[in-house]
Amino acid sequence: MNEATKKELMITACKIRMGIIEGVFNAKSGHPGGSLSMTDILTYLYFKEMNVDPKNPKWEDRDRFVLSKGHCAPALYSALAHKGFFPVEELKTLRKIGSRLQGHPDMKGTPGVDMTSGSLGQGVSAAGGMALAAKIDNKDYRVYAYLGDGEIEEGQVWEAAMFAAHKKLDNLCVIVDFNGLQIDGAITEVNSPCPIPEKYEAFGFNVITIDAHDFDQIEAAFEQAKTVKGKPTAIIAVSTKGKGVSYMLNKASWHGTAPNKEQYDIAMAELNAELAALEE
Amino acid sequence: MADMIKKATRESYGEALVELADINDKVVVLDADLAEATKSGMFKKKCPERFFDCGIAEANLVGTAAGLATCGKIPFISSFAMFLAGRAFEQIRNSIGYPHMNVKVCATHAGISVGEDGATHQCNEDIALMRSIPGMTVISPSDHIEAKAAVKAAAEFEGPVYIRFGRVAAPVFNTNEDYQFEIGKGIQLRDGKDVTIVATGLMVYEAMMAAETLAEQGIDARVINIHTIKPIDRDIIIKAAKETGAILTVEEHSVIGGLGEAVAAVTAEEAPVRVVKIGLNDKFGYSGPALELLKMEGLCAENIAAKAKALAESK
Repeated sequence: MNEATKKELMITACKIRMGIIEGVFNAKSGHPGGSLSMTDILTYLYFKEMNVDPKNPKWEDRDRFVLSKGHCAPALYSALAHKGFFPVEELKTLRKIGSRLQGHPDMKGTPGVDMTSGSLGQGVSAAGGMALAAKIDNKDYRVYAYLGDGEIEEGQVWEAAMFAAHKKLDNLCVIVDFNGLQIDGAITEVNSPCPIPEKYEAFGFNVITIDAHDFDQIEAAFEQAKTVKGKPTAIIAVSTKGKGVSYMLNKASWHGTAPNKEQYDIAMAELNAELAALEE
Repeated sequence: MADMIKKATRESYGEALVELADINDKVVVLDADLAEATKSGMFKKKCPERFFDCGIAEANLVGTAAGLATCGKIPFISSFAMFLAGRAFEQIRNSIGYPHMNVKVCATHAGISVGEDGATHQCNEDIALMRSIPGMTVISPSDHIEAKAAVKAAAEFEGPVYIRFGRVAAPVFNTNEDYQFEIGKGIQLRDGKDVTIVATGLMVYEAMMAAETLAEQGIDARVINIHTIKPIDRDIIIKAAKETGAILTVEEHSVIGGLGEAVAAVTAEEAPVRVVKIGLNDKFGYSGPALELLKMEGLCAENIAAKAKALAESK
C-alpha cells in the first residue's frame, strides 16, 4: 500500500474512533472497547475494499457487511456516517429514543446496515445466506462478517462455518476480532475458543492471521482472500481492545462502559493529537 | 364419511412447494436433514438447484434463510416444529421476526399426533412461541386442501409466516380444489345458536363430527375454523360470543398460549362469555399410536361433543 493511501486510511480511522467515543459518551452506555479494536479493518473495508453506494444503500449488487458482534454498532455507525450514509452529527443520537441508531444494528432503521444483529452468533449464518444468494444469482458481490473472539464460543458460529465451507462460499470472508477479552475477562480464562486459526482450518476455511492495526497486512489479507476459490476465508485479526484511547487499552472493563466527561475529554484529546500528527 | 380421503398436511406442504417451483423463481427451500419427513424433499426432486440441505443445524438454517431473504429470495424453511419453533426460537425472533424478513417457517410434526417418537418430538408449544413474536403470522391449516392453499398464500404474502403441519394422515373434508386461502379470516363451517366450537388444525374435522352428534342430541352448535391464529379474526369470534353465549376451543397444542387463550383474549375484551379450552393441560406428551394419543387427551369428536354439551347446558 502506498504511503499516501495508508495515511488517508489512518486519518479516516482516527475520525471513526472519535465518532465511536462521541456516540458512546452521549449515549452514556455502549461498547467502546471492541468498537475501537475493529476500527482499522472496518475503515479498510468501507473506504478501500467494499463496493457500496451511500446514495443507494440497498443497491442489489453491493458488497455486504454483517456486524455479527452487533454490540460494536458504534464503530459501524461511525464508519457509515463518515462514508456518507447519514450525517456524522447523528452519531450523538446513539441509543436515544427515536434515533435511527439503535443499541444494536437494525437494518430496517439505519441506512447502510445490511443485517440486523446483536444476539451473538447469528451474523455468519445471515452472511452465508447472502453469499449463497450471490451464487444462485451468479452475482460477484462479496460478503463480510465480523465476529468477536468471545462470540465464537456460540455454537451457531460453527454451524455456519461448516455450512459455508460445505457450500464452497468463496465469496464469504469472516473476520475474527482477536483482542483476547470478553466481558468476564480473558477469553482463555472464561471458556477458551483457542486455537482459533486451527479451528477454522479444520472447518475448511482459507485462514489468514494478521495484525488488525497494520494496513499493509490488512490489504494483503483481503486481496489474498479474493483469489481463493472454492472455500471461504477467515481472517484472524489480532487486535488491541480499546485501541486509540490509552486508558482503555487491553481492559475488559471497557467492553461495555461509557466514558464520563473527564474520560471523554482525555480520549478526544488523544485522538485529536493523533489526527493532528497524521495531518501534519 | 367413512370413505373420506386422508392425507397428512406435510404432504400438502410438499405438493404446494412443487407447484411453487414453477410459478415463483424467488422461492428457495431449506431443510435440516429431514427433507424426507417434512416432504420438502419433493421440491428437492423438482428443483434441486433451489433446494439447500443445511444438515442438523437449525439455528444456522434460520440465519441462512434470513440472509437469503435480504437478497430478495423467499425462503421456505422446514424441520419438525420442535426444532424450528422450539430450538431455534431466538433465531426466528431476532433474525427473522425483528427485521420482518420474508421467510416462511414451515414446521411439520406439530402436536402429539407425532405419535411413537414421544415427548421430545411432540411440540405442543409452537403456536404459543410463534404468536408471541411481533409481526409474525401464525397459520394452522385443517386439511390437505387448506394446507396447500395456505402455503401458496404465504408465498404471495410479504413478511414472516409460521405454518404448522401434521405428521398423521387427516381427513380431507374441504372439497374445493380452487380453495382460496385468506390469511386472517376465520371460516364458519356450520351455523348454530347454542354454543360455538372454535377449532384449528386437525381438530376442525373432529369439531364438525362433534357438531353432528350434538345435533342429534338437540344442541345447535356453531363450528368455526380458525386457520390463522395470528392475526386472529376478531369479528367472527365476537359475533359467535354474542350470538351463542359460550365458546369451546379445541387445539392439538398446550392450552397455555395457543388458540384457546387467543380466543379468550378477544372475548374478554369485547364480548365476555365462558370460554372452555380443550388441549394439552400443562403436560408433555408420550409415546403411542397418534390416534390413540389424541383420544386419550380428549382431542376427539366424542370429548368435544361432551364438553360442548355441558357448556351449552351451563348457560
